[in-house]
Amino acid sequence: MNAPAESAFVAEPYKATGDVIIDCSVDKIFYGDFLAVRDSKVPIEKKKITGFIGPSGCGKSTVLRSLNRMNDLIQVFRFEGRVIYHGQDVYGAKVDPVLVRRYIGMVFQQPNPFSMSIYDNVAFGLRLNRFKGDMDERVQKALERAALWKEVKDKLKNSGLSLSGGQQQRLCIARAIATEPDVLLMDEPCSALDPIATRQVEELMLDLKKNYTLALVTHNMQQATRVADTTAFFSVDISHGGRTGYLVEMGPTSQIFESPREQLTKDYISGQFS
Amino acid sequence: MSDIDLTLSADAMRPVPQLGRKGFEARALKSGVLTGLTWIAALLAAVPLFSVIYLLLVNGGSRLFGSDFAEVLTGLPPAGFEMGGGIGPAIVGTLAMVGIASVISIPIGILAAIYLGVLEPRSKVANTSRFLAKVLTGFPSIMAGVFVYAVLVIHWGYSAWAGGIALAVLMLRTVVLAAEEAIAQVPQRMKDAAYGMGCTRSQVIWKVVLPTGLPGILTGVLLAVAGAAGESAPLLFTALFSNYFISELSEPTASLSILIYNFSGMPFPNQIELAWTASLVLVLIVLGFNILARLIGQPKV
Repeated sequence: MNAPAESAFVAEPYKATGDVIIDCSVDKIFYGDFLAVRDSKVPIEKKKITGFIGPSGCGKSTVLRSLNRMNDLIQVFRFEGRVIYHGQDVYGAKVDPVLVRRYIGMVFQQPNPFSMSIYDNVAFGLRLNRFKGDMDERVQKALERAALWKEVKDKLKNSGLSLSGGQQQRLCIARAIATEPDVLLMDEPCSALDPIATRQVEELMLDLKKNYTLALVTHNMQQATRVADTTAFFSVDISHGGRTGYLVEMGPTSQIFESPREQLTKDYISGQFS
Repeated sequence: MSDIDLTLSADAMRPVPQLGRKGFEARALKSGVLTGLTWIAALLAAVPLFSVIYLLLVNGGSRLFGSDFAEVLTGLPPAGFEMGGGIGPAIVGTLAMVGIASVISIPIGILAAIYLGVLEPRSKVANTSRFLAKVLTGFPSIMAGVFVYAVLVIHWGYSAWAGGIALAVLMLRTVVLAAEEAIAQVPQRMKDAAYGMGCTRSQVIWKVVLPTGLPGILTGVLLAVAGAAGESAPLLFTALFSNYFISELSEPTASLSILIYNFSGMPFPNQIELAWTASLVLVLIVLGFNILARLIGQPKV
C-alpha cells in the first residue's frame, strides 16, 4: 500500500458517498513540456466542501483552476483527462469555457474587487448575464449571505477597494454567489486575511454549503479540518528532476487526519514533511 | 559623533549608547548645503513656466482682459496700420484642427493600446509597433508637416484636414504610449476576477480594463491634445494660414501658433500686441487641458 513516491504511484480512488457534481479525473496537466500534475481523481460532492491540501507546488491550485478552465488563460496549459459536470465533459470540443465559468464560480487568493462601487461589484455578474429581475434585492441577498450587508448597507456607492482586506474578500464572495453558481472554487481565500477575517470567511463557507458546492484549496491544515467534509491530499514528486504533483489520498476529512492510509499523508499532517 | 566600536562583542562592556546630537558636525553641514542645492534646483525648474506666464500676462493680458476682449476673441486679424482686430479665426482654426486630429488619433491610439496592453502584449507585431511609437516620440514635429505636405497637400492644397492629419500623426504616439501604460497597470487579478465571472475577452476589456484604466487613458489623451494645440511646425506646410473664419475644412486655415509667428515678425505695435495676446490664449488653452488631465488622472480611492 505504501508505494514509494518515485514509482508511478496512483492514489486509491475515493468512493464518493453523495451526489458527485464534478467528476474530475486528471491524467496529465502540462505547462508547455512541464508535467505539472498526473493521475489524480478528485470527485467533488454536491453541497459539501472538498478541501485540497498539500505542500507548495503539488498542483492543488492547478487542479482546482482546471475545474472551471481558468487555466485556459495560460497559453501553454494543456489538460489530459476528463472533468464531467452534469454529464458533459468541461474539456469537450463544443464546450465554451466562458459559459463553464458562469456556472462554476471562483474566489481568488488575493481579494480582487473591481475598481467600482460595492453595489456594482456585486451586480457585475448579474448584468453580465442580463439579469432582468430586481437587482437591488439580489445584491442585498448576496451581500447578506456573504455576511457583509450590515457593514456596507449605508455605503453601497463607495468603491469596493475602500474596504478592508477581509471585507474585500467577502465582497468577492458576494460577487461570486450573486449569480447563484452551482459550484464555488476557492483558491486559498484566507491566505491574505488576518485570523478574525479568516474566521468570518470560514463561518461563511459553512453557511454557503447549505446551498452551494465548494472546493477549497488551503495551506492551512487546521482550516481543512474545520470546514472540509472531504479532503484530498496532494504531494509533489521531484525524483525525476521535474516537479510533478499528484493525488496521494482522498477521503472523509476525519479519516485523512485521524487514520491516513498513506505514510506520506501521515508525515505531512504530523508536520514531518520536509 | 563617534563611531560605535564594533570590535567589542555585544556582551562585553560597551559604554552606554549616547544618542544625543553632539554640537557641530561636518556631516550636518554637508546635509544642509545639499538640501539647499536641491531646493534651488527645484525652484529653477519652476522658473521658466512662471516667467513665461508672467511675460505673457504683462504683454498680452491688457488686451485679453481689457474692455475690447470680445473683439480680440472674435474679431478678424487686422491688416497693417489697422487698429483693433482680433484672433477669432485662429482660435476657431486651432480648435477645429485639434478636433480633427483627436477624432483620428484617439480611437486609433486607444485600440492600438488595447492590442499592445491586453491582446498580444508580447507578439512581434506588438513589440515592433511599441518600438516605432517610441521612435515617433523623438520625431521632429516639422517632419509630420513635411510628410502630410508630400502626401496630401501637393494634390489637394492647403486645408484644415491636412493640418489635422499632421497633428494626428504627432498625437498618436502620446495617446498610444499613455493608454498602453494605463491599460498595463490594471492589475492581473482584476482581469482574472472578470474571467472567473465568465466574461469573454472583449467583455473583460470593455467592462473592466477600460473603465479601470480610464483616468490614465484620459490623462494621456488630454496631454496629447494640449501638445497638439501648441504645435506650429506641422501646420506651416499643411494648413498654412488664413485671415478669415473657416467656412470649409478644405481651405487654408488660421491657427494660433502660426498667427503668433506671423504677427510677431511684423513692424506694427498692434500686431505685436495681438501676438502676445494670442500666446496668452494658447498657453491658457494648453494649461487648461493639462490641469484637466491632472484632475482626471488623480486616483479616486
